[in-house]
Amino acid sequence: MEKKAKYFGYSITRDRQIDYDANNHDICKIIAKAEPTLNLCISCGTCAATCTAGQFTDFSLRQVILLLRRGETKSLENEVSKCMLCGKCQLVCPRNVSTRNLVIQIGKALYDKKLSAETVNTK
Amino acid sequence: MKLEGKRLIWQDYQKEIADDHYFYARSCIRQTFFPGAEAVFVKILKDELGKDIHDEQHHTSCTGIGYHSDVVPFDTTMTVVARQFALMTEAGYENYAASCVTSFGLYTEILDTWHHFPEKEAQIREYLFKATGREFTKPKNLAHASDIVYKFRHQIAAKAKYKLVDKNTGKPLKVVEHIGCHYSKMFPHKGIGGAEYPYVLSGMIEAWGGEVIDYPERRHCCGFGFRQYLVQANRGFSLSCSKKKFESMEPYEPDMIITNCPGCPMFLDRWQYALSEMEGKTYGENHNGIPVFTYEEVAGMIMGYDPWEIGLQVHQVPAEPLLDKIGIPYDSSRKFKGKNGEDLGMPESPSYLKFYSE
Amino acid sequence: MGKHVVVIGAGPAGLETSASLAKLGFHVTLVEKEDVSGGHLKKWHALFPTLLSGKDALETITKGLDSSIKIQTATKVTGLEAVNDYFTISGHNGWQEKADAVVLTTGFQLFDSHRKEEYGYGIYENVITSADLEELFASGKAFVNRHGNKPERVGFVHCVGSRDEKVNNLHCSKVCCITAVKQAIEVKQLLPDAEVFCFYMDLRMFGRHYEELYKEAQEKYNIQFIRGRLSESTEDRDGNIVVKVEDTLLGKPLRIKVGLLVLMAGMEPAPDTKPLANMLGLKNVSDGFIQPLDEVLHTNSTEIPGVFVAGTCSGPKSVSDTLADARSAALAVADYLKS
Repeated sequence: MEKKAKYFGYSITRDRQIDYDANNHDICKIIAKAEPTLNLCISCGTCAATCTAGQFTDFSLRQVILLLRRGETKSLENEVSKCMLCGKCQLVCPRNVSTRNLVIQIGKALYDKKLSAETVNTK
Repeated sequence: MKLEGKRLIWQDYQKEIADDHYFYARSCIRQTFFPGAEAVFVKILKDELGKDIHDEQHHTSCTGIGYHSDVVPFDTTMTVVARQFALMTEAGYENYAASCVTSFGLYTEILDTWHHFPEKEAQIREYLFKATGREFTKPKNLAHASDIVYKFRHQIAAKAKYKLVDKNTGKPLKVVEHIGCHYSKMFPHKGIGGAEYPYVLSGMIEAWGGEVIDYPERRHCCGFGFRQYLVQANRGFSLSCSKKKFESMEPYEPDMIITNCPGCPMFLDRWQYALSEMEGKTYGENHNGIPVFTYEEVAGMIMGYDPWEIGLQVHQVPAEPLLDKIGIPYDSSRKFKGKNGEDLGMPESPSYLKFYSE
Repeated sequence: MGKHVVVIGAGPAGLETSASLAKLGFHVTLVEKEDVSGGHLKKWHALFPTLLSGKDALETITKGLDSSIKIQTATKVTGLEAVNDYFTISGHNGWQEKADAVVLTTGFQLFDSHRKEEYGYGIYENVITSADLEELFASGKAFVNRHGNKPERVGFVHCVGSRDEKVNNLHCSKVCCITAVKQAIEVKQLLPDAEVFCFYMDLRMFGRHYEELYKEAQEKYNIQFIRGRLSESTEDRDGNIVVKVEDTLLGKPLRIKVGLLVLMAGMEPAPDTKPLANMLGLKNVSDGFIQPLDEVLHTNSTEIPGVFVAGTCSGPKSVSDTLADARSAALAVADYLKS
C-alpha cells in the first residue's frame, strides 16, 4: 500500500549550507583544465563592479567563480547564463583571469553534462 | 577522540552545587510534555537520597518563553523572577533549583545583570515591593536540576537496578546527549563542562553505564527556539534543525537520546513522528525511532520505576525497544491506563513509525 | 671600549643582537633559560618565502657569534635592576652580572590552541598546530594523519589566537598567513593528490615575494582559499574533521570534511617578558608586548635609558624582520653607550 505524505501546515526548510562533500566537483576540474587561470581569482570583485549585467541584475562573475569552485552546480547554471560576454571584466582583472573564456567553458561544460545525461536517458 | 582532552576542559568548568535544601521551581511546559520527569526528580531526591526539597506551588512562569519571543520586556521578566526569589526567601530556602534550562539561563542572566548594574537590582526590588509588598534575598546557590542529578549521579548509580547496558550483548548503550542552549551557551562557566563539551549529561551517562556519542552536529540546536515554533508556518525551520541532527547522529546507531531542557526532548521526540509522516523516514532500526528521554526519566528507569508511572507512554517515539534492550519489565496492557486503571484512550497509530500497544 | 651588555633570550633576536654587538666591540653576555640556544627556530623546518631550512638558518646565525661572547644557558633571569648608570642582572642559579646596557630579546610564545575549545585541539587527534606540522616535516616521517592515513584533504585555519578578542588577542600575528601558504605548498609537494584549503579572514601577504608565493599556491598547486573563520570542528566516525565556516564571499554557511586540520597558532608575548618588564618598571601595554620608545622612530629603545628591545618581544615579526631588528638594536645600544 502506498502511504501518502501528511501535511501539517509547514514544510521542511531547505538547508542553505554548502555541503562540500556531497557536491559534485567534476565541472570545476574540467574548467580548471580548459582555462587554468580560473585558479588565479582572488575574489576582489573588480569584474562584478564593471559588469554591465551586474548593474541591472544580481549577476556577479566573482560569485559564478565561487559557485563553480564549491560545486554548487545548480546555482551556477542559473547565474552563468546572465553573462553577455562583452569581455569588460577581462580588461580590469588584476590577476589576468581569462574571464570571457571561463564563461564560455562553463557554458560548454554544463551543456556537455546535459547532453550526456540525455544520451544516458535515451539509451 | 581523546577523552583526556575533554577531561582537561571539564576541569575548567566546575561549579558549586548545593548539597541539600533546595527550593524547586518547576517548568511551565514540562509537566504536559513529559509529565513524569519532575515527579521522578522530586521522588529521587526525597525518597532515595533523603534530601530536603521544597516543591513550591505559588511560583509562576519565569516569562522565559515570552522574553525570548520578544513579547515580555526585560524589566517585567526581572520583576517576575524577583517574586520567585521572594517565594524562596519566604519559604526559608537559599538554594534555588530550576527545572527548566531557559529559566536557569534567565536567572543566571538576571543575577549577572544585577551584579554589573546594582542600580537595576534596586529598581527591581522597588517594583516588586510596590506591586506585591514582597522582599527577597538572592539565591546563595543557583543550579539547574540536571546539575543536582549530576552531583548525585554516583549515589543514583549505586542504588540503581539497571544500567545503560544492552542485556543481550553486555555492551554499553550508545547515547546521544543533547544540552539545552540556555544551559551554558550564554554563561559557559555556569554549566558543568562548559559550552563546547558540556559534561552534565555525559557524566550521568558514564556513571550509569552508557557510552556517549560525539557526532558532528552535536552542538546544533534542536530547533525549538520559541518564536519559530509559535507560528505554525515557521515550524518547518524547527523541524529542519532536528532533522539535521538526526541525519548526523544516524550513522552512529544511537540507542537513545538524553536531554536536559524542556523543549529539546519534546521536539527531538515529536519531530521524529512528523518527519516519518512527511518523508517516510525513521532513524532507528526496524522502523523504530531513536527514543528520547529527559535525564530524570532515565534516572527513574534505571532505578526500576514502572515505565508507565514515569510517563513513558506519552513519548511519540516508543520507549519499548530501549526498555527491552536494558531488560526493564513493563506491562503492555497498562500502557494507556492512567491512575486507578482509568482508560486514557488509544492514540492513532503512525503510518511509518513502529507503534507499540497491547 | 670595554662596555658590557647583557642580552636576555638566545633566540634569533638574541643571537643576532649579540653577534652584532660583539662586532662593534662590546663585551656581551647572552643569557638563556633553556639548555640550548635557538628559540623557536630550533623546531622550525623551513622558512618562508624561500623554504630556507630552519636548521641552516640557525647555523648561519650562530656562526656569526664571536668567541668573546659569553653564553649563559640554563639560567632564568630572576633579578633585573637599574642601579645608577648600570644594571645588575641575576639568575635563579646564583649567576650575577653587571651591565652598562640590557637588551630584551625574550621573544614570543606560541598561542596555546587548546584555548580555542571549539576547534578541538587536544581532543580530536587530527587537529594539529602549525608548529606540530613543522615538527612533522622536520622528522622526515611519512606524511600521515594521526590515524595513519594519507589525508585526502588538509585544511589550514588562519588567525588561531590572533585577531580574536575572545582569547584577549586583538593583534595580528603577522607571519601566519604566509606560513599557511608555505605549509600548504609543502603539503601539496608531499601529497600531490590531496586537496588543500585555507580558511582565512584576510590574507596579509605583506612581504616581498609573499604575493608571488600565494599566486604559486593557487596556480601551481590549486590550493583553495575560502574566506571565512571557522566556527567549530568536530570528528566524524572515521576520525575526519568536519569543519563549519561561512563562505563569506558567497554569503552561505559551508561544511567540509578534512583528514587533517592545521591551526595557524599565533604569537603571544613570552611569559617571561612581563616579569622582566615589571622588574625594570617598564609600562605594561594592553597586548603584553613591550612598548618601544616610539613605534616609528625609536623601535629598539624603551622609556628607560639603557634598556633596549629586539625581535618579537616588542610585537610579532618574521625571522628576517627579527634579524634586521636585532642589528638595528645593536646600533641603538652602541649609540647609547658612546654618548
